[in-house]
Amino acid sequence: MVNEESRIKLEIQNLAVSYGGQTAISGINLSIREHEIFGIIGPANAGKTSFLKAINRMNMFDSNMQVEGDILFNGQNVRKWRNVYALRSRIGVVFPLPVGLPMSIYDNVALSPQLRGIKEKAELDIIVERCLTRAALWDEVKDRLHTLGSLLSGGQQQRLTIARALSQEPELLVLDEFSIAVDPVTTMRIEDVLKELKSEMTIILVTNLVQQARRLADRTAFFLDGECVEIAETEALFTRQTSDSRTRDYVEGRFG
Amino acid sequence: MDNHMFAATELNQKNQRTEKLVRLLFIMMAALLILPVLVILGTLIYKGGSVISIDFLFTDPTNGMTEGGIFPALLGTIWLVAVALVISVPLGIAAAIYLSEYAPDNWFTRLINLAIINLAGVPSIVHALFGVGAFVVFFGFGTSILSASLTLAIMTLPVVIVSTRESLQAVPHSFREACWNMGATRWQTIRRVVLPNAVSGILTGVILEVSRTAGETAPIMFTGAVFFSPFLPQGIMDQTMAMSLHLFVVSTQVPGVPENLPYGVALVLIGMVLLMNSISIAFRMHLRGKKKW
Repeated sequence: MVNEESRIKLEIQNLAVSYGGQTAISGINLSIREHEIFGIIGPANAGKTSFLKAINRMNMFDSNMQVEGDILFNGQNVRKWRNVYALRSRIGVVFPLPVGLPMSIYDNVALSPQLRGIKEKAELDIIVERCLTRAALWDEVKDRLHTLGSLLSGGQQQRLTIARALSQEPELLVLDEFSIAVDPVTTMRIEDVLKELKSEMTIILVTNLVQQARRLADRTAFFLDGECVEIAETEALFTRQTSDSRTRDYVEGRFG
Repeated sequence: MDNHMFAATELNQKNQRTEKLVRLLFIMMAALLILPVLVILGTLIYKGGSVISIDFLFTDPTNGMTEGGIFPALLGTIWLVAVALVISVPLGIAAAIYLSEYAPDNWFTRLINLAIINLAGVPSIVHALFGVGAFVVFFGFGTSILSASLTLAIMTLPVVIVSTRESLQAVPHSFREACWNMGATRWQTIRRVVLPNAVSGILTGVILEVSRTAGETAPIMFTGAVFFSPFLPQGIMDQTMAMSLHLFVVSTQVPGVPENLPYGVALVLIGMVLLMNSISIAFRMHLRGKKKW
């Protein structure tokens, strides 16, 4: 078990992202272990989202965005992967604002399995139910699976987005400030789900709720102004006198 | 003092008067748009309504086109529009998908966009002469439905491209990103998410094209449409009569045509277009009721 946990899922070496010459993040070095929840906290504009986009190679769709450095996913450099689609299908991403695709709730969750080539209705049914259940949405929508996903409430849509990310059966789940559009009760339910999912996948949790990182993350990194100031075991980051005074100020709410 | 808190000041009153005036002005301007439609339709129905009958639609013109029906012209217009659609719709939609979903922003894309804008600005008589040179003579299709429809297709291509591209762009970008993030290819994203939600807009463009194609005269009169033909077209290499040209002919070229005949022809032509438009509006409303984000 110890051995299993210490395996490195994602290793970032000297990562830098810039937009048309303007640096968003630079000099990021960190490694994320398999089956951990890795929290990233930091104020707005710290480069958290740019970091996530680089992992997923979403820079391909933004000609303005340049990425330098190495990103090793399962030990392979993602920037050299030819099959970027396979990479993305292994990484589930949840954006800050929910994106319910303009199709039925069922199709929202069945789309990714269908893209993988699963055609059989019975199999899809099982996947849809499992993913919606895990995203704590099944009970609310099981009677109207064929209504439009985009008509759900904001919090429900966010859970639908999570269900859709899970339907990819990702090895790495990336959540970018998922709780912005979600009420506190639902947030707590999703947090419980994430704790369970940890046994099956690696999770990167970007959040601007410092306490959320404290509740969930095994280790937490503090980003500020495009730099990774500090990475530590979460409890250590929050309790001990951290090595950097900026981290302390941020987690204690003195700025940010 | 408190009493005066919500009382209108002189300035308030002045603003409100202006607001009412401006509003009235705009309503009147908008209402003016209805006028030409009503006058045209009213005149046509009043003067040409009497000639419309089943016989008029389904018999040949007789007696030097001064009597009889319009069947060959009606059928010819349907031929011309259908063949033009078969050519321009796949081409236009494919081009629009490329421009909207694939094309990087570079000189080549800008060149294509420039070409589309210019193509839309070319007068129809120039298209007609181009059609003669290219399709009738150079490709050797002769004066035929094929030549005429190709000319019409090229002329209406910009309409299809621009309206298709706009309806594709109207699908929010976040849907595409969500799909790409799942590992979908661009084509999978287009097929599953973008196209189904752009259909109603694309359809509108196609119908617009139909309306325009059905009414055009210049591009077909040298390339495939004839004043009078005793035969119905049997295939795309035949010449044909057409409604728009027939209207021109009975209005100005043939002596002794009863006054109500040209009005009747015009009424049928405009009726065809209005019918197509209503079908498309109904279909769009049906689609829109089903899909929404």
